[in-house]
Amino acid sequence: MLVSIYRYNPEKDDAPYMQDYEIELPAGKDLMVLDVLNLLKAKDPSISYRRSCREGVCGSDGMNMSGKNGLACITPVSVAAKGNKLVLRPLPGLPVVRDLVVDMGQFYKQYEKIKPFLINDTPAPAIERLQSPEDREKLDGLYECILCACCSTACPSFWWNPDKFVGPSGLLQAYRFLADSRDTATQERLGDLDDPFSVFRCHGIMNCVNVCPKGLNPTKAIGSIRSMLLQRAT
Amino acid sequence: MVTQITSFGRSGLYDWMMQRISAVVLSAYSIFIIGYLLLNPDLTYDQWSALFESTAMRVFSLLTLLSIGIHSWIGLWSISTDYLKATGVRFFFQSLCGLVMFIYVVWGVQVLWGL
Repeated sequence: MLVSIYRYNPEKDDAPYMQDYEIELPAGKDLMVLDVLNLLKAKDPSISYRRSCREGVCGSDGMNMSGKNGLACITPVSVAAKGNKLVLRPLPGLPVVRDLVVDMGQFYKQYEKIKPFLINDTPAPAIERLQSPEDREKLDGLYECILCACCSTACPSFWWNPDKFVGPSGLLQAYRFLADSRDTATQERLGDLDDPFSVFRCHGIMNCVNVCPKGLNPTKAIGSIRSMLLQRAT
Repeated sequence: MVTQITSFGRSGLYDWMMQRISAVVLSAYSIFIIGYLLLNPDLTYDQWSALFESTAMRVFSLLTLLSIGIHSWIGLWSISTDYLKATGVRFFFQSLCGLVMFIYVVWGVQVLWGL
């Protein structure tokens, strides 16, 4: 199989380039893309990429595989390769640190902006803040996000305005706290989102839904935030 | 919160709502005009001018004209903030759009009322 990898080492290279590797994959097995990268790294230790849990939980190895963002550790080569060729590039839209490693600073900045923690101004109870099973259910499909950035870096609105548009991942998390019955800062949170960029730069093209490795639906969450903003203002 | 002074209503929610409301008006007007033309294949000048003489039609047309202005302002503003990164160029483009829209509205009023 031919694997084409985006290479860039700012200390040595003037510009990024694609390097081709020919690799013999073991027969009768459908390896994950990360396994292929590990095999290649054994041959060429200069290839750089992030990985940690290697089972789709940590979100470290988000990358663009033959044009589609995803986690290398849970994407089989049979799915990612086109024909007999696999093209690996870093997540689009973020500055490249080296090879497949991107600088996630802008992504985390947007995450920080939505205050990703529970705010409750009532006195803390002796043991814990209780929540009914029905209220807890509202967080399903929201809390599972692992911040791999596959969705935000697949979103053109985030490419063009990464400093102003919160992005699908951040907005999914924003809704996770807006929907939480234990959070008392709903009005302040909504107030922070009511500008032409933070939420409303989403045009609903659903690239985020298409690529999310956890099968989450940021577009739906963004729709819910819009409804909350509308209810608050009319 | 991102501060913006050149967007239509200075609020994302307001722009979003106006974009949708104006879209409904524009579709209703398009459907009406196309329907009217289809139902009147032998349309005469007198019939056509009588249609635009009625107050209801003038109200509907003016509403549509304003909707075109609002809809295109919000749309082009979004496009300019996406793709035009130099502030001067972006501001020039936005001002030009504003001017063209204003001209269309005044011109449209002139046409509608036969001034």
